[in-house]
Amino acid sequence: MGKENIGLTLKVWRQKNEADKGHFETYKLSEVSTHASFLEMIDVLNEQLIVEGKDPVAFDHDCREGICGMCSMYINGRAHGPQSATTTCQLHMRHFNDGETITIEPWRAAPFPVIKDLTVDRSAFDQIMAAGGYVSVNTGNAPDGNAMPIPKEDADEAFNAAACIGCGACVAACKNASAMLFVSAKVSQYALLPQGQPERKERVLKMVAKMDELGFGNCTNTGACEAECPKGISITNIARLNREFLSASLTPGH
Amino acid sequence: MNNLTTLLKSSIGRKLMMALTGLFLVLFLLIHLIGNLQLLIPDGGEAFNIYAHTMGNNPLIQIVSKLNFLFIILHVIYSIWLSRLNKAARPIGYAGKPAQATSTLSSRNMGILGTLILAFLLVHLKGFWYEFKTGADIMMVTYGTETIPDVFPVVATAYSNVWYAAFYVIMMGVVGFHLYHGFQSAFQTLGLGYNKYKKLIQTAGTLFAILVPALFALIPIVMYIQNA
Ligand code: HEM
Ligand code: SF4
Ligand code: FES
Repeated sequence: MGKENIGLTLKVWRQKNEADKGHFETYKLSEVSTHASFLEMIDVLNEQLIVEGKDPVAFDHDCREGICGMCSMYINGRAHGPQSATTTCQLHMRHFNDGETITIEPWRAAPFPVIKDLTVDRSAFDQIMAAGGYVSVNTGNAPDGNAMPIPKEDADEAFNAAACIGCGACVAACKNASAMLFVSAKVSQYALLPQGQPERKERVLKMVAKMDELGFGNCTNTGACEAECPKGISITNIARLNREFLSASLTPGH
Repeated sequence: MNNLTTLLKSSIGRKLMMALTGLFLVLFLLIHLIGNLQLLIPDGGEAFNIYAHTMGNNPLIQIVSKLNFLFIILHVIYSIWLSRLNKAARPIGYAGKPAQATSTLSSRNMGILGTLILAFLLVHLKGFWYEFKTGADIMMVTYGTETIPDVFPVVATAYSNVWYAAFYVIMMGVVGFHLYHGFQSAFQTLGLGYNKYKKLIQTAGTLFAILVPALFALIPIVMYIQNA
């Protein structure tokens, strides 16, 4: 067993608002429990700052159990920190060493402007979803689930893609700030299922167009997104997105 | 809405252009290698001279060669376009060191590798292609009934210079790194990165990225030793 408590130096990005230039501020924390999550460690920092009469560090969080995708933090050069397949809220302080300096930054991407400190505006993802990430269903009685047979492999693939929580770690980790992993997960989850077929071509064209319009970068297949995704979304989905987009573009429109 | 224009204007369309031009260059490298390996046949350059002459006078090859220039230029223009857009997508960078653990060295440095290749291509074209076409001091040589230009000594002289030979060998390493990422990346861009093909594409790409540049590099090494 390692130490129960560790001392840390934190270099945290502080930025008053979107217009502010921002800078790093250094803080010292002694006695951080190794059982604490990363966010709990920031809570401790904030309590300390409040006691000192300073402005606490603004950061996004909600579920603190790895499902909401809010806890965007770029920690020591890694999206969500050094553990793979982990959100910041699920990252524990036992993965850090006594005396370590930890650099904490917001997601960096033109379409994700910093609102304050570590909080960024990820509503660009919502705009991409609004452009086509839905299925249109008729109201009325719910259809019988067994009336629509779906091959097991397709259901599994769709389910894996649907695990995306929209956290934006893929964009943050990508050297091109590309949103292809996110978009590919969303396009895949519908393209693989019968319910997604009516809007299949229109969906991929619109979602990619919106992604480009918002200023996300161009994917160069480095695979950094897949390595940092907390939900293990595979870049096989990006290959599928490319296929879907190419085939939709090459089909004549009306 | 015209879908084809949408394609060409989209990020995936730009990637498609990179992939198609890149794959054409990959194919070209292979053909080029087969020709070059004839430099190693110990016949005083006969096989190579005949090959160079045949290629230079075959109309189909001449068209492919023009296309090749066009595709290199397109590949470079698109790479500049992509790089600029990608830079704009992250105007403020990270202070934390970019993660080494999550991507390959090759994939993170395609622009630098490509720029080095471009510099190499310019030297290469000036040294051989331009010399073959315009060289004043190229002699004629007769094989059987045919008299053709004796270009072999141009190559042999170039490679007898240790710096020139070393430059070639090092640059083939650069090409290898470019292909190590580029080969598999192109298939992913074309949408062929299915789970069941991933391993195959990766293996083929790695083998190609090692073997083709290694064989290219072997030529200046062997010719330098022969001349020394
Ligand atoms: C022998 C010559 C070359 C070959 C065989 C080649 C091949 C390739 C291939 C197959 C790709 C992958 C395309 C994709 O990702 O879909 C690629 C990407 C790239 N090439 Fe080249 N290339 C060559 C020369 C150059 C030159 C001269 C430059 C430019 C300055 C360049 C710059 C790039 C860049 C920046 C990429 C990255 C794009 C990306 O990663 O998506 N290449 N190349
Ligand atoms: S693909 Fe992964 S990293 Fe990207 S938004 Fe979805 S869950 Fe987050
Ligand atoms: S706070 Fe919900 S995923 Fe981390």
